[in-house]
Amino acid sequence: MRRLADIDPPHETALEPLASLADGRRGFSGVIAELQDRPAAGGLAAGELERRLLEMGFVEGARVEILHEGFIGRDPICVRLDDMRVALRRRDARGVLVRPDPVRPGPAR
Amino acid sequence: MSDTLDVAPARAGAAAARPLRVALVGNPNSGKTAMFNALTGSRQKVANYAGVTVERKEGQLVAASGRTVVVLDLPGTYSLRARSPDEVVTRDAVLGRLAGETPPDVVICVADATNLRLVLRLALELKAVGRPCVLALNMIDIAQRQGLEIDTDRLSRELSMPVVGTVATRRRGVETLVAEVEAQAAEAAGAGAGPSAWREPSATEIRALHREAERILKAAVRPPKRPDTWTGRLDGVLLHPVAGVLILLAVLFLMFQAVFTGAKPIMDLITAGFDQLSLIVGHLLPDGMLKSLICDGVIAGVGSVVVFLPQIMILFLFIILLEDVGYMARAAFLLDRIMGGAGLHGRAFIPLLSSFACAIPGIMATRVIDNRRDRLTTILVAPLMTCSARIPVYTLIISAFIPQRTVWGVLSLQGLVFFGLYAAGLVSALLVAWVVRKIFWRGAAEPFLMELPTYKVPDPMNVARNVLQRGQIFLQRAGTIILSMMILIWFLSTVPGKPAGAVGPAINYSLAGMIGHAIEPVLAPVGFSWQMSVALIPGMAAREVAVGALATVYSVAGEGGGEAVLGSSLAAHWSLASALAFLAWYVFAPQCASTLGVVKRETNSWRWPIIMFAYMTALAYAAAFVTYHVALALGGG
Ligand SMILES: Nc1nc2c(ncn2[C@@H]2O[C@H](COP(=O)(O)OP(=O)(O)O)[C@@H](O)[C@H]2O)c(=O)[nH]1
Repeated sequence: MRRLADIDPPHETALEPLASLADGRRGFSGVIAELQDRPAAGGLAAGELERRLLEMGFVEGARVEILHEGFIGRDPICVRLDDMRVALRRRDARGVLVRPDPVRPGPAR
Repeated sequence: MSDTLDVAPARAGAAAARPLRVALVGNPNSGKTAMFNALTGSRQKVANYAGVTVERKEGQLVAASGRTVVVLDLPGTYSLRARSPDEVVTRDAVLGRLAGETPPDVVICVADATNLRLVLRLALELKAVGRPCVLALNMIDIAQRQGLEIDTDRLSRELSMPVVGTVATRRRGVETLVAEVEAQAAEAAGAGAGPSAWREPSATEIRALHREAERILKAAVRPPKRPDTWTGRLDGVLLHPVAGVLILLAVLFLMFQAVFTGAKPIMDLITAGFDQLSLIVGHLLPDGMLKSLICDGVIAGVGSVVVFLPQIMILFLFIILLEDVGYMARAAFLLDRIMGGAGLHGRAFIPLLSSFACAIPGIMATRVIDNRRDRLTTILVAPLMTCSARIPVYTLIISAFIPQRTVWGVLSLQGLVFFGLYAAGLVSALLVAWVVRKIFWRGAAEPFLMELPTYKVPDPMNVARNVLQRGQIFLQRAGTIILSMMILIWFLSTVPGKPAGAVGPAINYSLAGMIGHAIEPVLAPVGFSWQMSVALIPGMAAREVAVGALATVYSVAGEGGGEAVLGSSLAAHWSLASALAFLAWYVFAPQCASTLGVVKRETNSWRWPIIMFAYMTALAYAAAFVTYHVALALGGG
């Protein structure tokens, strides 16, 4: 169902460019648009990291938000993934491409 | 039992005579352990699967119908696609592929009602296997408190399996669950669950299952009216880059202080009890070999080990509380970077923390690490973590040689030395892990993906039961291995007896004396006397045995038995430098045959236990050597 507000105003339809979850800072939020298999280096079978992320719930359409960052090098990160919390390292989050929520002035949700 | 083959479903009576086999499957933190306890009570058997060392927990119950139900608890998993040995067991057990295991008649999928998304996908996977399933909607109490509305009929229809709300910790809903399991078994009887057609799902199939799970979730569950806000608020503090780390350090430090000072009164009581027992028994028995065996061998030996039970229980109380509250995963999050820097997986924190209690469960817990290399690294360093079996050795030496003083107003010097020994183990474990990674392999580490469970108020009964179970396991070890070792040592240090007219203590002439003298030249450069060398030999069976060994060696050598005397006896015989070298030795030495045995089983080759033994002995010798000579130079001779 489309609401009236969804249809027209240009500032709402202009999509934010995709960003990797690995580069997000605390407070970064959005919807997972694409999941790619991007292991940091060798060692894992092709598609393995992607399947593990999927099994943990990192799936297209899921909402993510970075809640916490580690105290050394801001790594690992703790994300809210729909209604659960998951910790992961940034290098494993590389393939999680997120459509960031539009940054809007006004009170945060 | 039936004497005919039950080929037709009509022969329900025959089928009922056979115990019903049920397997428990579920995500981690769904309350599976609590459910297993609720179902089986104390009728449990913990063993290992044939050939692998994954813990196999089986229990029994008698259903209301009178039928025996055998429950198999399987390791927690997110998917049937196995990535670790634990998950291989889960998968193969469910699929009925596990050698020597009867396939389960019914699978119970344990779900955390407040966190259904991932478990619904698992349930769909289980359904595809084709075995009868029942969904236990656990933690339904928390769901109700949150005002979460779950349409169980709809859920049941969508998943085409019965759904039963349960509160595992209160045993609520358990009877209904068992009844549903029986009904499912009866329905499926005769259908003949053939070999399953399951195969690993591809990424596309996982996505499809996710969509299906999402659809079911939307259809059957309405979001909570009063969602849990505590987890977010607590995480704000506990995962804070500064506050969180300080709290973690405080928790760990508190744990050690509690272990060291909190257990004192009970320990004194136990010591007094065993002394009294030895005295009473001594009066009843005539002088001679038997009296010596019972008082100096058995009572003194067992007493000097049992006395440390309070410390072990306190330590496990902390570990189990942290686990049940949900803090353990947070600690792993905070420590991941440090662990990763040392080449360890963030999850390695959990096996390593367990190794603080005992390296054996710790090494077995490394199975949560998927990657073989990460696992091997963790296994190799796990025995460096200060296990509870070292506590008796440390306590004895510290209380004999370190003055009971207070430093900086509040901290006890003894507690501080104790903490230092823990820190030495931890730091060396990280260093060794780093070196192992550099020497043996350089490759990408495993991905670190870990769910952070919501915080829960721990259930006191659940905690008490688990702590007691740990204590029992320790006592069983103390009662079997250690007692037999004590008697062996008593034998070694009493036989052969002192020849007539000989001078010096009798032990000089015994077998133990001979062995001690034989290895003394090797250990002399690190400041060990032959009595210390003697204590090291039985100490191979288990580290805590060394205390009993010292007690036996010194009580036979002179001043009479008793734990209290041992400390002062050591203080009289050893120099401070020797005592410190002994402590340093115990930080590193592989003084535990069971650990080496478990490593052999886990890695399935003698290569790793041999490497472990060699590197740990080398480290121990080097550390004791350096400690001894530094202490001598500083005037500790
Ligand atoms: N309130 C509530 N807590 C539960 C229930 N079942 C388990 N728990 C708690 O949830 C935590 C995790 O349970 P556990 O059995 O260790 O989970 P496992 O990881 O699946 O084995 C423990 O603190 C339990 O006391 C339940 O039905 N209700």
